Order: sequence, then C-alpha cells, then structure tokens
Amino acid sequence: MSVSQISVFLENKTGALNNLTSVLSDNGINIQAMSVAETSEFGIVRMIVDDAFDASTYLKDAGYIARVSAVVCATISDEPGSLHRIIDVLNNVGIDVEYMYAFLGGRKENHAHIIMKVADNEKAEAALRKAGIELLDED
Amino acid sequence: MENYYQKDIECASPGQIKEWQDERLTAQVQHMWDNVPYYRAMMEKKGVKPEDIKGRDDLYKLPFIEKSDLRENYPDKLVAVPLKDCVRIQSTSGTTGKRVVAYYTQGDIDLWEDCCARAIMAAGGTNEDVCQVSYGYGLFTGGPGLNGGSHKVGCLTVPTSSGNTDRQIMFIRDLNTTILCCTPSYAAYLGESMKEMGLSPEDIPLKAGIFGAEAWSEEMRHEIQNTLGIKAYDIYGLTELSGPGVAFECSAQDGMHVNEDHFIAEVVDPDTGEPLPDGEKGELVFTSITKKAFPLIRYRTRDICILSREKCSCGRTHVKMTKPMGRTDDMLIIRGVNVFPSQIETVLLKNGYQANYQIIVDRVNNTDTFDIHVEMTSEMFTDNVGEISKRQNELVSALRSMLGIKANVTLVAPKSIIRSEGKAVRVIDKRKI
Repeated sequence: MSVSQISVFLENKTGALNNLTSVLSDNGINIQAMSVAETSEFGIVRMIVDDAFDASTYLKDAGYIARVSAVVCATISDEPGSLHRIIDVLNNVGIDVEYMYAFLGGRKENHAHIIMKVADNEKAEAALRKAGIELLDED
Repeated sequence: MENYYQKDIECASPGQIKEWQDERLTAQVQHMWDNVPYYRAMMEKKGVKPEDIKGRDDLYKLPFIEKSDLRENYPDKLVAVPLKDCVRIQSTSGTTGKRVVAYYTQGDIDLWEDCCARAIMAAGGTNEDVCQVSYGYGLFTGGPGLNGGSHKVGCLTVPTSSGNTDRQIMFIRDLNTTILCCTPSYAAYLGESMKEMGLSPEDIPLKAGIFGAEAWSEEMRHEIQNTLGIKAYDIYGLTELSGPGVAFECSAQDGMHVNEDHFIAEVVDPDTGEPLPDGEKGELVFTSITKKAFPLIRYRTRDICILSREKCSCGRTHVKMTKPMGRTDDMLIIRGVNVFPSQIETVLLKNGYQANYQIIVDRVNNTDTFDIHVEMTSEMFTDNVGEISKRQNELVSALRSMLGIKANVTLVAPKSIIRSEGKAVRVIDKRKI
C-alpha cells in the first residue's frame, strides 16, 4: 500500500550531494521527491524515485549506503486546510509523525503529495482511508 | 647556584656510578632469578645464570622484557616480593582492556620520590617553594610521584590534580605557587587562560615548571616560558619503571639526566636488539636495579632517543637522554595519555562498526586535538538522524572509557578513508614536535 523511499547516508561536505545526484542521473533514475536531513557532520537524503530498487542497486554499486523503507504518501488538494486534515486524523488515532516532506503536482495535477514516516504504516493508512483521504501506492 | 637533592649521588664520579651499578645489577638479577619464575625461565632459555652477571658490562647477556611480557603476567605474576611487603600499585591505561599494574614496596616508593625530589631541586626548588601538582592523581603516576617528591624537598605541596582551570589559577595566585607540575599541553593551556584573564607574567608568581608525560618541542618550551614567565623543565618516566623521575632536566635544559644509581639506561638497535654506543640513536632500554617489588631487567620502552655522556654544566655526572624522538611501535601519546590504535579498533568492533577508521591528531593552541573518523556501515545506518547520533554518542562514551580521554568522532562515508596499497592510513599525526 505504501511507497518505497530510499535513504542514503552522506557526509556533510562540499560536493556530496552533487556526487549522489550524478549517480542517479547517469543511470537514468528520475527523482520525484527529495528531502535532506542534516547534522553538522552528516546528512540523510531521502528520496522517492521512479524505481527504488534499481536506484538502491546503482547507489550501492557506487559505494553508498542506501536503505529502502516504506513510507505513507497521502494525496491532498492544493488548498488551505488540507494538510491540517490529515495531521488531525493521525493525531486522533495517536500516530506520531517522525518526519515528513511534501511535493506539489507530481503524479496528480493541482494536488500535493505528503510523505510521512510513522511507526505503523498500516494503522495510519487505515485511519486516513477511513477519513476519505486518497493514498498514493506504488504503480 | 645549582640545587641538588642528593649531591653525593648526583655528582658521583663515573667510576663510583659503575661500582653501584655493578653491585646492584648483580643483586637484582639474583633477586629476579630467585623470585620471578617467568624471568628465570627466560634466562634459562637464553642459557644465562646469575653467576654469569658480574656487572654492567654483562648486561647484554640478559633477555629483554617487553610490554607483552607484562600483559601476559597481569596483574602480579612478575612481582618479586611477597604481596604483604607491597604497599601500593599504580597502573597504566591499558590496551584491549589489559593494563600494566606496577607494585611498590615502601622502599620502592621512597626511591621513586627521591628521583622526583631531584627533578624538583634541579628545577630550582627548595623548601621555600610552593609546588602545585596538577598532574592527575590516582592510578596515573604523575600526581603521586611529584607529590611525594615535593614532600621530600619540603615544598608546600598543593595537590590540585588535573582539571578545573579556574581553581588552578586561583590557587597559583592566592597561594603564591612557584613551581607547577603538569603536562606541557596543560601548562600551555593554563598560560593561555591567564593571558585571557589579562594577567601578564609579572602577575604570575610561578618561577619554574616540571612538565612531562608527553612529547613537546623546543618551540612549545619557549612559548610556555614566555607566557608564564618561568623556566620549563622536562621530566621522563614510565609506570613500568616507577613513574616520572626516571630522568629529569637540569638548569642546562639540554637533555635529561637518568638516575643511574637506580636505573641502567641502554640504547639498542630496535630491530636486532644489539646495544649501540653512546651518541647513536636507538631504542631506550632500562633496567631497574634498586626496586624490589616490580623490578624490570632490560625493559624495552619503545621510545627512540640518544644517550650522551658529555660533561654537563650543572655538575651532574649521570648520563643524559634526549627527549624521545619517536616510537618503535604505533603508540600515540595524546594529552599525556597512551593511545594504541588497536584499542580504538576493539571499541569499534564491539560497538558494531567495522575497523575502518582514521585517527587525526593535531596540536592547536598547544593542546592536542584528537579526532577519529569512522566509516559508516550499512549495519549501523538507519533512516533516523536521532538514532545515528545516539549510536555515535555511545561510541564516544565507549572510547572514552577505554582510552581515558575524549575523542571527537565523525562518521564518514564508506571507503572514504584514504587507503594506500589497499591498507588504510590509520594515523595522521600533524603535530610538529
């Protein structure tokens, strides 16, 4: 039900992100969404790509540490209040969001996709679906 | 006016020194043969008997004792007297958890403190002085050794131990401390701190410092001397041999006099073990000829230096050694603490990392910096920044409890540590000493 996200360990230094995107570019991987979590020394790049398993193989071959994990992706309309609606649903069933990031458009026009890392994907998805919120699945 | 603690000994004729060494070495070898089965077996293996050793000139016939022998006999199998005759132990920080424990009789402590007292008086100390001992106390020999020496000289002793810079400075000023004993990097740090407080050398009552337990350069000596307005003297020692005071600097500030009535110094070729003549560079080897509880014969220090018998302007006749110029093994001395890369390896493996690491040591503002770069592994990687940081902090704590000092750990990308001919460069020491 959920979508696959790739997390990659990067050192926090000049050129690190450039090297990563060049590996993906050279191998024809399309990045659909991306976020970077950083500390002073290292960062974790999280991405939704068109083929997570291909991408993780290319990255591992290039010497990166990459991990594929399942995240929840909700599709919401591009208007005020729609983000609050999904957060409210999760709050009501007691699900904490560890981190989230969003991208506009993408697979559906005039909509935004919200990618969320939660402890229990199934429970979150059931609650969101029950509230009438559209979820994005792997193709 | 040169001060001596034991002038008759410190300025004895070379003939007299040889006589003491011949007689004491002969007795010590017999003592080891009778009481330390491990060393007796080593001698038997080499085909040497106590009667073959009639003096210093026969020293080369005896087998070496290495650090590995001490570890193998942990904790007390090399002790040469009944434990009831021992009154104290001191200990080194150990590799892979195994420390070296040195045992002392009351007599051993007395002679160790005598050696430290000679160092303090050579630095100009008398019973009029206030001597602040800012070396660590406890298992480390620095604090207890200089503390004892200071008592013997009759100085007013201020046992501040290490750390708490503000309190160190307060006591130096309030108690009019004249002699400071600590590591050179801590002395430099104290100097910087006092400068920041707006104190000039005239405001600081110190006149001399006795600094050891780590390597330091002539440039660093000048800097410490200028900031603190003192004369800075070097002191050398090893826990295995008693502690600081095996050798010490005099007013000439040019090499350290080995206390030859207690220790015989040799320099040998580190590869063949063949003794080298004075003036040649090699590995320093010591024999303790007066200690009873934990005597070591031909102990290989792994320190590289040169011995010199040239006449010294201070009047002392005992042989001088240069500052250690390097090591024959991979031991690093960081902020006065002995660090072996193998210790770091052990901790990394125990904490789930691989042994892909690099140690970077530098000296910034006269203080050693200690960084360890550790390659991230797929096992230790998670998609959670907090969890990675938590594991990193656990690693820092584990390293600290193994090494006794704090290292900055940086997690780096896999395979990012430079490998030359497939072998990673483990240590980058940028210090210019």
